Amino acid sequence: MSDTHSQTVSYVRETMLPQAEPPVSNRGAILWLRENLFSGWFNIVLTLVSLYVIYWALAHTLPWVVSGIWNAGSLSECREIRDATLGEGASAACWAVLVDRWQQLMFGFYPSELYWRPVLALVIFLAAIAPVLFAQVPRGALWFTAVSPFVMFWLLWGGSAWFPVAVALGFVLGWAAWRALAPMAGTLVAAIVSAALPIVYWFYTAGPLARELEQVVGIGIEYVPSQDFGGFMLSFIIGIAAIILSLPLGILLALGRQSDLFIINKVSVGFIEIIRGVPLIVWLFTASLLLNYFLPPGTNFDLMLRVIIMVTLFAAAYIAEVVRGGLAALPKGQYEGADSLGLSYWQSMRLIILPQALKISIPGIVNTFIGLFKDTTLVVFIGLFDPIGLSNAIRATTEWNGIYWELFVFIGLLFFICCFSMSRYSLYLEKKLQRGHK
Amino acid sequence: MTDLATNPAAAREIDRSQMQVSDEVAIEISGMNKWYGSFHVLRDIDLTVYRGERIVICGPSGSGKSTLIRCINRLEEHQAGRIVVDGTELSSDLKNIDKIRSEVGMCFQHFNLFPHLTILENCTLAPIWVRKTPKREAEEVAMHFLEKVKIPEQAHKYPGQLSGGQQQRVAIARSLCMKPRIMLFDEPTSALDPEMIKEVLDTMIELAEEGMTMLCVTHEMGFARQVANRVIFMDQGQIVEQNEPEEFFKNPKSDRTKLFLSQILGH
Repeated sequence: MSDTHSQTVSYVRETMLPQAEPPVSNRGAILWLRENLFSGWFNIVLTLVSLYVIYWALAHTLPWVVSGIWNAGSLSECREIRDATLGEGASAACWAVLVDRWQQLMFGFYPSELYWRPVLALVIFLAAIAPVLFAQVPRGALWFTAVSPFVMFWLLWGGSAWFPVAVALGFVLGWAAWRALAPMAGTLVAAIVSAALPIVYWFYTAGPLARELEQVVGIGIEYVPSQDFGGFMLSFIIGIAAIILSLPLGILLALGRQSDLFIINKVSVGFIEIIRGVPLIVWLFTASLLLNYFLPPGTNFDLMLRVIIMVTLFAAAYIAEVVRGGLAALPKGQYEGADSLGLSYWQSMRLIILPQALKISIPGIVNTFIGLFKDTTLVVFIGLFDPIGLSNAIRATTEWNGIYWELFVFIGLLFFICCFSMSRYSLYLEKKLQRGHK
Repeated sequence: MTDLATNPAAAREIDRSQMQVSDEVAIEISGMNKWYGSFHVLRDIDLTVYRGERIVICGPSGSGKSTLIRCINRLEEHQAGRIVVDGTELSSDLKNIDKIRSEVGMCFQHFNLFPHLTILENCTLAPIWVRKTPKREAEEVAMHFLEKVKIPEQAHKYPGQLSGGQQQRVAIARSLCMKPRIMLFDEPTSALDPEMIKEVLDTMIELAEEGMTMLCVTHEMGFARQVANRVIFMDQGQIVEQNEPEEFFKNPKSDRTKLFLSQILGH
């Protein structure tokens, strides 16, 4: 008895086992099919029903898309061609409206001989954003990125080249004030002066300065007023400007909301809650109608600029909350680790806290951006011609009266391509920033 | 941990030639009090640390030992009394705080390495941004200290790819890169597997042998016996007993100390 017992208890492994392959029944495509689609009678039924639903949906839409008519001058002509070639009442899209009016959907009422300017601006934008989005692009290209907004502004609106130069000088002024004051007067004074100085300059000096310079050396291209902007160009300008401006503002608001400084904290909380608590459409009406009452009489503040500011503020409030979530998700030890090394507040935020918090917040930030980009279609309600507004305008003409689906499909598809790219980029970024296993 | 405590002969011989306590005061704490809300965590702490001292602080959890050393570099704020570190008094002046923090190194229970930076970047970050050391020079210094803690080959990995013991040694190297005059250790081995505790303790012993002023909150009584020149026992926010390690372990005076020692050494 005791012998057998000691034999079962005492055991020494002589050799360690090597890693083995899983059995054949656990590999391969057939197994995948069996496991994921046909694993039991209920799932077999579900699979068959799903297949039928997919077939049914495609059977009703594909013929309409594929047999669509591309060459026609009006909706009635489209129908005549359809009846002649496909038979009376056949299902066929009338894509001819896109052929006829795509320029309008893209550029609104922008003068057609100047289309190269927004196109060039888009190319410049893509080149400028590349070093920000992809680390493979040389860092030196960031200088181009810094200059590009002024070039794009000039290309889109035209007018004197001195105006964007005068505006850019304001930033240089702020930077110079910071460099001069920070070492001797302390960060707080330097920050206030270097923020206030450019604002004063923009209000009082920039305009006259640009006019003076224009009179001395005139460099100008044809001016295009904001009213002529429309279509996807308008959506892009509002969307991209708001996306780029709202991220830094949102980050500052999130930090402000975490701050121990009473006033900064309360101002941030108040701003976020008020902006977020009111529908965007109300803010857009505020921008288009009410803002004029608050501005000094005689100031002509461009409606598009006002809309961009409103959409930026609106998105910033959302970004702030998303980033706050990221900040809250960081362990307290990261703050303490940074503090214990003697890093200052802004150093620890920039080098330690924000890189990690923003990485956590990427899905939420991109989600907000996608929402913002689609919300630019709301500007139709304050009389700007975004793609939806233009589709109404196109329908109002005698040629295309009564056409809906084709325009909406096209607009939807373009928005989808943009939003889907953003979503893919966010996945790429998340994967790239993965750092080992925690 | 009891292994080292009960059997000090198992550990290696300590080189005591550099371990000298000078008359120079490194840290002076007098009449220091701290509250969390209405809870009185630290009560009338008086402690003078001389340059070159190796002090081990022990005590039951909640006794305020971690809070005490976290007050020394202002991770926690004290509400009454004075703390003078290297001749600079801790006040709410941010300049003083940053100066003290850059001269007092600290290691945490959970390492607090920066997971988005490589090991080398973790070590060079503060020298570059706080001390304004040129990048090349900071990297050389960092590699020197990474060699000292015996993981130079990990320099380009990320913290998440290292074991706990390795991470803690990186954390020590990171602090050393700032050339601190005082090192604080807040339970550096409590979150480690038993296999890894020794490698971290060895690093700390080496540091002590070089004459670093050290304050360690730890339950490694073997380390205390071997390296410390003073052991402080805290309970309920007060310093209950302090003595040389030999006497502290052999003849504890207070009943609280006796009970504590019997609990951690007795099993």
